[in-house]
Amino acid sequence: MSEQQKNSELAAAKEAWLEKVKKSLEKHPESKVFKTDSDYEIERVYDALDLESLDYREQLNWPGEYPYTRGIQPTMYRGRFWTMRQYAGFGSAEETNERFRYLLEQGQTGLSVAFDLPTQIGYDSDHPLARGEVGKVGVAIDSLADMEILMDQIPLDKVSTSMTINSPAAVLLAMYMAVAEKQGITMEQLNGTIQNDILKEYVARGTYIFPPRESMRIIVDIFAYAGKMIPNWNTISISGYHIREAGSTAVQEVAFTLGNAIAYVEAAVAAGLEVDQFAPRLSFFFNAHSNFFEEIAKFRAARRIWARLMKERFGAKNPRSMMLRFHTQTAGSTLTAQQPDVNLMRVAYQALSAVLGGTQSLHTNSRDEALALPSEQSVLLALRTQQVIGYEIGVTDTVDPLGGSYFIEKLTDQIESDILNYIDKIDEIGGAVEAIEKGFIQKEIQASAYRYQKEIESQERVVVGVNRFTISGEQPIDLLKMDPATSQRQVERLKEVRLSRNQAKVAETLQELRRVAQGSDNLMPAIFEAVKAYATLGEICGVLRDVFGEYQQQIMI
Amino acid sequence: MSNKPVRVLVGKIGLDGHDRGAKVVAQALRDAGMEVIYTGLRQTPEQIVETALQEDVQVIGLSILSGAHMQLIPPVVEMLREQESSDIIVLIGGIIPRDDIAYLKEHGVAEVFTPGSSTVDIVNFIKNKLELN
Repeated sequence: MSEQQKNSELAAAKEAWLEKVKKSLEKHPESKVFKTDSDYEIERVYDALDLESLDYREQLNWPGEYPYTRGIQPTMYRGRFWTMRQYAGFGSAEETNERFRYLLEQGQTGLSVAFDLPTQIGYDSDHPLARGEVGKVGVAIDSLADMEILMDQIPLDKVSTSMTINSPAAVLLAMYMAVAEKQGITMEQLNGTIQNDILKEYVARGTYIFPPRESMRIIVDIFAYAGKMIPNWNTISISGYHIREAGSTAVQEVAFTLGNAIAYVEAAVAAGLEVDQFAPRLSFFFNAHSNFFEEIAKFRAARRIWARLMKERFGAKNPRSMMLRFHTQTAGSTLTAQQPDVNLMRVAYQALSAVLGGTQSLHTNSRDEALALPSEQSVLLALRTQQVIGYEIGVTDTVDPLGGSYFIEKLTDQIESDILNYIDKIDEIGGAVEAIEKGFIQKEIQASAYRYQKEIESQERVVVGVNRFTISGEQPIDLLKMDPATSQRQVERLKEVRLSRNQAKVAETLQELRRVAQGSDNLMPAIFEAVKAYATLGEICGVLRDVFGEYQQQIMI
Repeated sequence: MSNKPVRVLVGKIGLDGHDRGAKVVAQALRDAGMEVIYTGLRQTPEQIVETALQEDVQVIGLSILSGAHMQLIPPVVEMLREQESSDIIVLIGGIIPRDDIAYLKEHGVAEVFTPGSSTVDIVNFIKNKLELN
């Protein structure tokens, strides 16, 4: 029997089945219209007819083979688990160093540094705008002296370190390299990631400093410099995570991330870099939200689109340029302040979707993060959640276990097609930078965020403990208390550093940085020299602020 | 209460960039017929108070998720008092631990809305409070 005959027989059989369903519906009507978070209407059931046009080699292929829909490595977690990497950092470099060493002892396999907001925005801890923020959402790093303490007794040749740093990424990377140099570790041995993704800061995360054009120059300089000097470093982590947290749908998350990625690749190519020189070091960062199957399909669709973009649009030849490698974090915005222990369940399912979606690295949120920074006990439970998924429940025993599922494949196709539509729209506007300057991306995210909130308030979307199954008179749980003296100690150390260094050397390196910034040479060597002379983050960013100017946010509601 | 629309300043205080909540609340207040002035990111306490007075608002809604609320919110209330504008209602939204909520409410903040709050509740709170005044 031919394929076609088979399918028409199947279609006829389905018609007969649907007749039966009609009767059943009369007795037991379905409760609502079912939709994914991106608003796809979900069918009652999926079957072979949905995959009629599926071409296995073309759309899926084996893991480790183009277009990598099923995963980027041939053996995936059978060879090695994802990196269990908890984002951590608070207070001083000493306190964070202690938490890092604790996490490594507990079996964590990589570090992820959270910096405080003054550090992320290029202000020293004694800057007036740093008031109240020093050491709050992350660790305060003012100079190389702090980075030396942060990485004390941590073997930088064995541990990979991810740093969530964007506008001042070049400075923090230079500090990390300087510490490695002091530890006697060669640059080839360094493994890690800087987030370095400015475009999403303008639309979703807010820690921008410089205007887009100047920011793009810094990023491309880092690509070029790191490609030569620290070949195993991920020079950027192009992030959908924060776009999703800001309220986008799953489709928008990937579409806007890939739109930004295209802008970075184009900028680097325009600056004269060969695509296969820098593209293998591009990495990504996505959100694992609550709509389980849609999230899995999203990760698979993202891999397929990126592979084709790199090959077809940018002419990449090196397969590593086509592989979308990504870190995942569970969705902070889904955590509830009410009945916070319930968050453990949310995080576990979200983490499972990331693993079933083939992530390379994972952060699981802690149950108390809608209330405060996580306590050590909560962070441990979050890490244990990953270990249960990896070691106990067998979901890693075969690669892409949901591949071929009628529903998952159909959803992967739908998501892919809608992401491509968005990418076309961004291209029409003139690329991601233009789309951001015109406010297109911001408006799209905002509309989705508002819709989501309205759905919760109308109870169309159930949030357990918030709009259903609520309890009153909840018992408070123990939260992390910050040491209020941290900020003062940090400011004192900063003063000591400023007094004890060679001032002439600092002035000279900052002057050289200014000269380079005004011209077009690569900024990194000058930043590296300034860092090694113990110029502070605020001083270095101050020079760049002078030369490049500052970004002014467009306000729209 | 007069029929003039309620004027509300919605602001992001401190360096925190999480503006999803602030924007959602701003939009909801506007949909409820209020006039909303949204400041955008990175406002200092001084800037908030200055804008509030210039714009002649009845309500200030400040969003903060960075944990700097204990250092940044009391100065706002204090400056309003110095300017003899303590009638302006100050509301806070964000991740604020329970102990801090009690402190802030003792020190002039009318209400604190934590994650999971409904925009309907925020609108109603403002309406009730203004009627009582």
